[in-house]
Order: sequence, then C-alpha cells, then structure tokens
Amino acid sequence: MNHVQALIDAIGEGAVFALIAVGIGLVFGVLRLINFAYGQLIMVAAYALAFPGNWPDAASIGLAVLAAVVASLVMERIAFRPLRTADPSTMLVATFAIAYLLQNGALLQYTYRQQGGLGDSIGTLSGLNQAVTIGSLHIRWVTFLAIGAGLVSLGGLALILTRTSIGLQMRAASMDFRTARLLGVKADTVIMAAVAISGVLAAVAAVVLSISSTSVNPTTGFQETIFVLVGVVAGGIDRLVSATLGAFAIGFAIELVGTELPNSGATPFTSNVYMPSVIYLAVIVVLLLRPAGLFARRGQRTVERV
Amino acid sequence: MNAQPVLEVDDLWVHYGTVPAVRKLGLTVGGGEIVGLIGPNGAGKSTTLHAIVGLVPARSGDIRLRGASILGRKPETIARAGISLVPEGRRIFAQLTVEENLRLGLVARTGHNDADRDLGWIEELFPVVREFRARQAGTLSGGQQQQLAIARALVAGPDVLLLDEPSLGLAPTIVDVVFGALTDIRERGVTVLLVEQRAQRTVALADRTYVMTNGEIRMTLTPADADDTERIIAAYMAS
Ligand SMILES: Nc1ncnc2c1ncn2[C@@H]1O[C@H](COP(=O)(O)OP(=O)(O)OP(=O)(O)O)[C@@H](O)[C@H]1O
Ligand SMILES: [Mg+2]
Repeated sequence: MNHVQALIDAIGEGAVFALIAVGIGLVFGVLRLINFAYGQLIMVAAYALAFPGNWPDAASIGLAVLAAVVASLVMERIAFRPLRTADPSTMLVATFAIAYLLQNGALLQYTYRQQGGLGDSIGTLSGLNQAVTIGSLHIRWVTFLAIGAGLVSLGGLALILTRTSIGLQMRAASMDFRTARLLGVKADTVIMAAVAISGVLAAVAAVVLSISSTSVNPTTGFQETIFVLVGVVAGGIDRLVSATLGAFAIGFAIELVGTELPNSGATPFTSNVYMPSVIYLAVIVVLLLRPAGLFARRGQRTVERV
Repeated sequence: MNAQPVLEVDDLWVHYGTVPAVRKLGLTVGGGEIVGLIGPNGAGKSTTLHAIVGLVPARSGDIRLRGASILGRKPETIARAGISLVPEGRRIFAQLTVEENLRLGLVARTGHNDADRDLGWIEELFPVVREFRARQAGTLSGGQQQQLAIARALVAGPDVLLLDEPSLGLAPTIVDVVFGALTDIRERGVTVLLVEQRAQRTVALADRTYVMTNGEIRMTLTPADADDTERIIAAYMAS
C-alpha cells in the first residue's frame, strides 16, 4: 500500500512540473526562447504570497497571480522584445542574467530588512498540509490540490488554445510565425498573451509549492525549474504536449525515486543523494537514443523564429 | 491603365547584406487589374513581394497602398491594411485543420460583418475547402493546399492579392483551376499581382506583365504579346 501512496505523491509532483513545463513551453513556442528565469517568476509569486501576512487566502493568491503576470510582462518588455531578432544564445544569456538579478534582488532585501534567516514563512492554505487517511494511505490535501490545479490549468489552457481566436493565433505563431504575421496575427499581442499565461501558471505552481514548503527564499523555484527543463528537453521542446509529458515524467520519477530510496545509503544507487545524477544519466541516454526527445514525433522539423 | 492605382511601388531598392536583390523597381497596379510579374529564378520577384508586405526592409524608395505609404510597417499591419500574400510554397499550417487555416485568414479582416457572404463565394470558387473542412491541412494534396492558401488569403477580404508562383509544382488541371480562379477573384473587386514562372499564361491573362531580370524590370508586356514567344524569350535573356 505504501507504494500506492508513493505513486499518488509522485503524480502530484509530476503535475506541478507539468505546469511549469507548460509555462516555459508556451513562451518557447512563440519566441523560440528557453526562459531560465521562469523559476524566479515562481519565486516572485511566492514572495507575493508571503507579503501580506494576514490577508485572506484568496486575496493573497490573487496578489501572487498579479505579481507573476506583471513580472512576466515586464521581463518580456524590457528584455525579450529588444532581443527578439538577436541570436538565440544572446536571448538565453539574457534570461540567465534576469534569473540572477531577481535571485540576488531577493537576497539583497534581507540585508535591508536586517532579518536573520533567508526566508519568509507562508501561511496560505496551510491547512492543506494535513493528510486524509484512506485505508492505509495518508495523502496530504495539497497533493490533491496539485493534481487538481494541474488538470484545471492545463484543461483551461487547452480550451484557450483550441476554442479562442487568440489561442488559434498563438498556435499558428508557434508553428510558423512569419506566415502568421502575414495573415495579420500581431506579433506583440500573441507574445504578450503567451507571456501573461505563463505568468499565471508560475503563480499556480508557486501556490502549490509554497503550501508544501510553508516558506519562500531566494532559491524558491530554482531547482524545480532546472529539473523541468531537463524533462522538457528530454520530452522534446518543440511540442507543448511532449514537453509537458517529459516534465511530468521527471517530476514523477524524482518523487518516486526520492521516497523509495533511503536518504543515505552505503552504495551510490541506493541513496537519493545521487538522484540528480541518476536522472541526468537517464536524460543523456534518452537524448542519445532519441535526439528530438522521448515524446517527439518522428521526422519533425524545427520551426524558424520570428 | 484604366483605374486608380491601388498599389504603387516607386524606385524600390532591396538589399540582402550588401547585394542588391531589387533595383530601382517601379510598378503600378490599378484597381481591379490583374498585373503579372515574371522573370527567371533569382530575378527578385519574391523579394519584391516580401518588401511590399513588410517581410524585408527596403533600402530606399516608396510603396503606397491607395496613395498612403506603407513603407516600414509591420507585416501584420500591412495585412490588416488590405494586402494579402499567398506565399511561395503555400505555407499552410499543416497541423491545423482546413477550417482553422481559414479562420486564421479572418484575423486580418477589419470589417467582420460580411465574412459569411465572402466565405460563400470563396468556397464556391474552391469547393475543396468546404469538402475537407475538418481535415488536417497537411493531409491535402499539393493542389488542394494551394487552393486552401488562396482561399485563406481571400477570407481576409483584401484589396490586393499577391500570389507568389501559385502554379509551382501543380498538375496541369490544377493550374487551370488556379488561373481560372484569378479571373473570378478580379470580378469580386480584388486587385491581383501575380508572380509566375509560366510566362506565356501570365502574359495572356494579365492586363500588363512586367518582366524582371537581375532585380530590375526590363520590359512590360500586354496580352497581345502572349503569342510572341520570341519577344518573351528575348525579355528573359536581356540581362
Ligand atoms: N534571405 C535571403 N538572403 C540572402 N539572399 C537572398 C535571400 N532571399 C533571396 N536572396 C537572393 O536574392 C535574389 C532574388 O531572390 P528572389 O527569391 O527574390 O528571386 P525570385 O525571382 O523569387 O526567384 P524564384 O523564381 O527562384 O523564386 C537571389 O539572388 C537570391 O539568391
Ligand atoms: Mg521566388
């Protein structure tokens, strides 16, 4: 029964990773840009959750969404837009720079606040850390929230992409931006829509992560984003669905391996200290066998940028 | 020329790096006309169209739509202003359905009210787009994809339709369909600028055909020249 519980927890972790992957993948679709600063959007949203202290949960979640969307749009406006026609590597370096800037900005504020530890506690929806007991299973509510939020967010996004005009325009722009523009699709509008939605998803991920960790610090979102990027690349970044599946698989594997392995072991492969190495090794093998990604369709060509 | 100019290009220069691909090009397309632009590979025909729709910047010169300069505007702005390009190689969205491709055509449309009426005649002109509405566009044949590409450009309700080698790689019967459609399209009030390699057919169809070689317009032909194969060949050779 213990294994079933581990499985459910792993699905929860996978769901959060999937959300992050979609946030990154949407922007990649329209900009051909891997945003390494995505984790810091999650961090910004988490700080927004910590900020008001005694606000009602709904209000602080609203603030977190607002903060992540605004931060995401500002990032696009001041960094991505001027670099839109630049080399992909220039854009990549720019997102690294933004990630460091935001992380260090978060660090710096502790100096001004003269606070001892590098962290703020978050009480939003903390009741969801309690577990429900079903037979011999003890599942925390936040796990259900993670799975539910993942399903609702991804389902909502799927509706936007397939049922609305802006969604159709975003899909067309991801496939062939130049032709989309020839049909009147406004480049700035679709990019801002993708960037804004990715901000919303960052906030949703921040809420779920903050409930579990009950705190935020300058590294919040960093580790998850790195793992997600690994999953996205392994899954195949050229399609949103495969990138999402890749990230889900990584989240699922990390959680499962993490709970099934002891924290310290006599031999390397029985300790989760080595888990990142094991994951990276698996990814290298995947990319050697299927360079386009685990879930990518065969014979798929990469698309040009704007 | 029997009509107000809708599209005017004046002394246009376009460079790729330091190499000029279009040189001192001037052309005029009057309302309701079909104007041809022919020339050998690499003459600069596609570059001319790309400059008109804002895909490549002009080094100098001017491009006017209904008298107002559109030089330096974004492609999406120009599309919304009333110029639709059917690009070389069709460029339909293969993973989207035929219907979704057509819906994308509506994006550039400024007056949304009479879209249904326009869709009516466009589907009549190209029945395949109605028949295969729900199909993935990538599963259509080359000829069907070309018809979809033209239909998609038309649902935008453009004043000017630019076509870049629409008959390329098509079976003769489909070439007839495409050329036949251009006459109907003109009758609907859409002005046409047709880039083609099929010199003789283009000269016969168009009110005027410019012959372009090496980035420059060398000659203007009329339908009367259509049977004068030697003159067309001479125009091609004049480089
Ligand atoms: N993106 C580009 N970068 C550099 N040079 C280009 C580019 N596109 C076209 N050229 C060059 O510009 C010239 C004109 O090309 P263009 O595509 O306009 O010719 P075309 O008349 O359309 O030819 P075709 O009939 O083969 O389509 C050619 O010499 C071509 O090599
Ligand atoms: Mg060409």
